[in-house]
Amino acid sequence: MEIVHVYQKKRREFGRQCVFSDRKAKEMVNIEPDEGQRDEFIYKNPADVAIQCTKDFSEHEVNTETVEFKDSGMNHVEGGWPKDIDPDEVEQVMRYRKKVEKDETFQETIMNLGGMMETFIQQNNAIDIYEEYFPHESETAVLEPPAATMVNVFRDPCTPARSASSLSWYPDGARKLAVAYSILEFQKAPADVSMDSYVWDLERPNMPDFTLSPSSPLVSLRYNPKDVHILLGGCYNGQVAIWDTRKGSRPLETSPVEQSHRDPVYAAEFLASKTGTHTCTHTYTRSLRRVKWCDTRKLSESTESLALEVIGSVLGGVALDLSHPCTPLHAQLPRTHTVIGTEEGIVINGNKKAKTPAEKLAQTYGAHHGPVYTVKRNPFFQKYFMTVGDWTSRIWCEDVREDPIGEAEENFWQNVDPEKWSEMRLARDSVANAATTGDAAAAE
Amino acid sequence: MSAEVEETLKRISGHKGVEGIVILNKEGIAIKSTLDQTATTQYAGLISSIAAQASHVVRELDPQDGLTFLRLRSKKHEIMVAPDNDYLLVVIQNPTDA
Repeated sequence: MEIVHVYQKKRREFGRQCVFSDRKAKEMVNIEPDEGQRDEFIYKNPADVAIQCTKDFSEHEVNTETVEFKDSGMNHVEGGWPKDIDPDEVEQVMRYRKKVEKDETFQETIMNLGGMMETFIQQNNAIDIYEEYFPHESETAVLEPPAATMVNVFRDPCTPARSASSLSWYPDGARKLAVAYSILEFQKAPADVSMDSYVWDLERPNMPDFTLSPSSPLVSLRYNPKDVHILLGGCYNGQVAIWDTRKGSRPLETSPVEQSHRDPVYAAEFLASKTGTHTCTHTYTRSLRRVKWCDTRKLSESTESLALEVIGSVLGGVALDLSHPCTPLHAQLPRTHTVIGTEEGIVINGNKKAKTPAEKLAQTYGAHHGPVYTVKRNPFFQKYFMTVGDWTSRIWCEDVREDPIGEAEENFWQNVDPEKWSEMRLARDSVANAATTGDAAAAE
Repeated sequence: MSAEVEETLKRISGHKGVEGIVILNKEGIAIKSTLDQTATTQYAGLISSIAAQASHVVRELDPQDGLTFLRLRSKKHEIMVAPDNDYLLVVIQNPTDA
């Protein structure tokens, strides 16, 4: 669209003609001043002048056409009726409908569609394709293979590092660990080696929490499950000692040498009794192999001593496990059944309450070809126990005497209190290597 | 209305689980219905719009294609729509468990 404004102007109104060349100045008008008018002028003094130092603004009004907006919903109740038919008039609606129904195409279409529809209806009735096919399926969580990470390393502070021969966890919450240090190889201990054993706090791996100073290095060590301050230790020279962690690092009481075992006390356990003071210790010796039951109040003599004699031959006891209470309800069951692993590879199932010594060591199982290092019962199923020895670990059932019911072959050298039935999964267990690696296996 | 058409409709509604039939024209007017007036109007409005949308979808994805059948399964019943150039046949069925 062209924007054009047409107007007319006469030639003589154009003004002077443009001259693009230089010309001399020409005087056009000269007006002389008139003296007479000067007298009529009055000087104004003062003169008011208004000044404002701002920008100049101008005011201008603009107005557009206003359009009103309003939000409202539309309700399509009936739609599509042709213009001439009013939907409210029933008669007109009826007439329209009748007209449509008479239509040829209508009838053909409906026949077609009806046929198609029928197949689908029948399909629906035949099979419910939307039913729940797997009603009881639950989401299986993705199971990661179990892994263990090292939390802390506790090193023996003494210079010729001794081996940790026994571990015992603090009974109330596992914040501390009591470790017995000794040198187990025959006559390898130098004369001036320290005889102390330590209690470590898990948070502080650099300094032991408490020191236990026996007269002879400790081979086995146990916390009293009922009293968290009492520790029971079995010494290398056969003595048994009791500590109270509140009372200092010397033992409260030590069994006298005459009454003690003749050889290192490999296993010491607390028995569940009313006073919480009964203990059972046993030892490995060559000449006199004994299981001793003692009362911690009176270590000077043992309440009962039992020589491990089976079929005439005397065995050396190495490992010991007592029957555990299987559920908290049964915690009152006295610990009378013991399972003892021996140096000869035989496992003995014993009952303290039996009358004759023969019945006390009731059943034997030819377990391993070498010393049985550890025996542990399953805390839930009392009849099953696991033994570790001669590079294998085996699972046994009390009733089956000939053969183990399960076996796992591992490449280890020695086990130091390694074997535990897992509390959570009833059939799992873990075995530790002397190379400080742990293997977890499911007993299937 | 022709006898065949009547017979077809009667047969359809005789099937197990069929709750109602509505026939609509392409403008959304209900020509024939076995439901009551309010339900018919509701179905007419809602179904015609969704059938048109579905047909549009199929046409957009492939211009040679066309919508042949539409099923809307809800918790309580199933709405089946058979579209045609001029008319729409809607059947509401309550499928029983197999």
